[in-house]
Amino acid sequence: MRELDYDELEALAIGAGVLGTGGGNHPHLELMCAQAEYRRGRRIRLIDPDELADDARVAVVCIMGAPLVTKERLPEPQSICRAVRLMEAHTGAPFDAIMSIEIGGENAFFAMLVGMELGLPVVDADTMGRAFPEAQMASFAIRGLEVAPFAIADIRDNAVLIPRAESATRVERIGRRIVVELGSIAGTCTAPRSGAEVKAHAILRSVSRAIAIGRSIQAARAAGADPVAAVAGGAQARLAFTGKVEDVSRRTEGGFVRGTVRLAGGGAHQGREMLIDFQNEFSVARRDGTLVASVPDLITVLDEESAEAIGAEVIRYGQRVAVIVLAADPIMRSPEGLAVVGPRAFGYDFDYRPFEELVP
Amino acid sequence: MKRIGIDVGGTNTDAVLLDDSTILRSIKTPTTADVTAGVKNALAHVLGGADGAVRDVRAVMIGTTHFTNAVIERRGLSRVAVIRIGLPAASSIPPLADWPDDLRRAVEGPVFLLEGGHEFDGRPIVAFDRAGMRRAAQAIRDSGVTAAAITAVFSPLIADCEAEAAAILAEVAPEVTVTLSSHLGRIGLIERENATILNSALHGLAGRTVAAFRQAIAETGLEGPLYLTQNDGTVLRAEEAERVPVLCFASGPTNSMRGAHLLSGLADAVVLDVGGTTTDAGMLRAGFPRQANTQVDIGGVRTFFRMPDVVAVALGGGTVVRDEPFAVGPDSVGFRLLEKARVAGGDTLTLTDIGVRLGLIELGDAGRLADLPAALTDMAQRWITGRLADLVDRMKTSAGDLPVIAVGGGAFLVPDSLPGVSTVLKVEHAGVANAVGAAMAQVSGESERIFYGVPRERAISETLAAARAQAVAAGADEATLDVLDIEDTPMSYIPGDPLRVRVRVVGDLAG
Repeated sequence: MRELDYDELEALAIGAGVLGTGGGNHPHLELMCAQAEYRRGRRIRLIDPDELADDARVAVVCIMGAPLVTKERLPEPQSICRAVRLMEAHTGAPFDAIMSIEIGGENAFFAMLVGMELGLPVVDADTMGRAFPEAQMASFAIRGLEVAPFAIADIRDNAVLIPRAESATRVERIGRRIVVELGSIAGTCTAPRSGAEVKAHAILRSVSRAIAIGRSIQAARAAGADPVAAVAGGAQARLAFTGKVEDVSRRTEGGFVRGTVRLAGGGAHQGREMLIDFQNEFSVARRDGTLVASVPDLITVLDEESAEAIGAEVIRYGQRVAVIVLAADPIMRSPEGLAVVGPRAFGYDFDYRPFEELVP
Repeated sequence: MKRIGIDVGGTNTDAVLLDDSTILRSIKTPTTADVTAGVKNALAHVLGGADGAVRDVRAVMIGTTHFTNAVIERRGLSRVAVIRIGLPAASSIPPLADWPDDLRRAVEGPVFLLEGGHEFDGRPIVAFDRAGMRRAAQAIRDSGVTAAAITAVFSPLIADCEAEAAAILAEVAPEVTVTLSSHLGRIGLIERENATILNSALHGLAGRTVAAFRQAIAETGLEGPLYLTQNDGTVLRAEEAERVPVLCFASGPTNSMRGAHLLSGLADAVVLDVGGTTTDAGMLRAGFPRQANTQVDIGGVRTFFRMPDVVAVALGGGTVVRDEPFAVGPDSVGFRLLEKARVAGGDTLTLTDIGVRLGLIELGDAGRLADLPAALTDMAQRWITGRLADLVDRMKTSAGDLPVIAVGGGAFLVPDSLPGVSTVLKVEHAGVANAVGAAMAQVSGESERIFYGVPRERAISETLAAARAQAVAAGADEATLDVLDIEDTPMSYIPGDPLRVRVRVVGDLAG
């Protein structure tokens, strides 16, 4: 177990943006909240999965709702804390640690804020290793662990428990309906997980991975070096394209923002073209018609100069960007993982191939 | 149609008299501590004592760095009472939390967080705390602050809470000037609140500055309306600018780039604005400055304003050149160029001296440079070429050669050819491009709305109609309106297929 120091908060924000793969944004407001807590003397305690007792009880939490609403209502840990308390009351046992459902984007920070609020350590792990749009895409659900009971609470005095559900997808769908009624933002807590389950089925050390990515970008910026290269040069990563956004088409379907970004190449990719599809997150990247990467591998779009991650909701014409591909966790690349988060699960008619096996 | 454009910069006040797009007169004068005198002086020069000209002038457009500088230098700012309506939500990050300490100390007045605000779909989060607002209004009255900033959750969509709060404040403390965040628009509570607070902090200065401009104009006998230029290269009526000075922040670089476009006729080019201390590089696209990718900080405060993507380097007419070891800048003699430079009888070697020696410009006494070693001028010339080529390369987004328009008082320093550049254009009146940009500024209108289940085409056309109506109300000629920007963003995880549409239009000032 170790305390994160103040400088690591920003590194985590940068790294969580990169791992957000277009779905989660750079968690600017959540970072401000965490920094405010640090100034009040609170600290995030990060616990390695190996330090968890097998019978430790871990609360897996996230904010569910529309990112736009958070921009106005501001991020807060209290609604998640209420959901955690409701789960404790329902199960009759207190939690020992907090864990985030996803490391990508804003949710990376909510577990941290909740940990500080409740005085509990935060596990260095998540269930996606990136951002995904729905609860059934979590590694616990992929491995067949029940998502219910599932607790939902808001900032006022509304709390809802879903004691049982036939599937993770059903929890997601019931949950979304409730969240809309609550103003399209609410805190959630999924079924308690044991330390043993976390060690066996979570994406391990993903908080550390995010911080490491953030630190390498910070170091490159400080040294006047290329921060994009710092990310692309990491393990299991590849620079897939550099260029300029030529066009973005977007539409909403079933609550998701879907669309395609067209990039015109620059630098080493002069004269070439890349198309990136998104379904909240960037899902498939093709260069000159040839597949370069697909879900569950991470396709992340960074500002060419600052390496700040750019979300699919905000990417726009004229931005100069670099596209980086990062390897998904082995759980996501396994057959049971691909059934839920592979290209076919996102409506594509082709099988997944790891990006390392595709054209560089 | 005759118009006057004036750019009141930190160093110089430039003015031009235009008849349509023909420049009749122009002048560059030092900015004076007394704003009225400086503007009057500039006006007197461009009017040239011609009585007839005074009657013909249809409008005066002024661009000023006063408001930006006030925030950057933390002076002339009013203390602001801050009211945020959104409890029990919207309390995790207090107002002014991300402001630099010194600016915060200069601006922060009493702060109130009240229950209220709305959901994205129009339902109240909780009922608005009217009693709490009345107590806040009394406390504001007793505190003696003269300005207040009111921000409610989702007010760009439903401004009811802000309007109610303002009515209560007006009743209890009628002398307090209020900025409502819904007036500035855009979703994003913190950024909108920051802009609202900055606007309130500037209200006193804005009133004094606009009054000084008005007085100078009245004393000259001009009768046409007064406009101030804003960040996007368009103008606001003075009475509106007085209420929203925050919209007039970055008019300097915008005006000079717009002026470069109008003087050169080029719509797509890199603009190099060479001043006394720095060169600002920007990129023109379709005649307007390219906007920066990232959100822009003003004086260290995060706002939602989009500003021109401008990169500045230390290269200007006053930049100091040293020998043994050879070094250029980054320091500059700045506005004291005409006493410090060697050609002006001073003892400091500047890039202007190098320019005179190279025959790029005739200025002062070239004989005072007779002892300058050729090797030194060569090195300085290569240094200039290298720096500017680098700068142009940073602005470009593709490898193709682009034209460069050189403007500003130090434009003569830009070499006639640069790597990666198709042509270098030096236009007449380049020294007063910013005043030309101000004089030719157009009028804009903007509307942002959220639609549910409405086809995209209809959502855009309705928003467009609202933006056009706003532009006409601001003084635009309806027949000349063009769409500058359409942004349509579907919103995830919200039922009913919501679509957020923002449209900006721009047109000529009605004659």
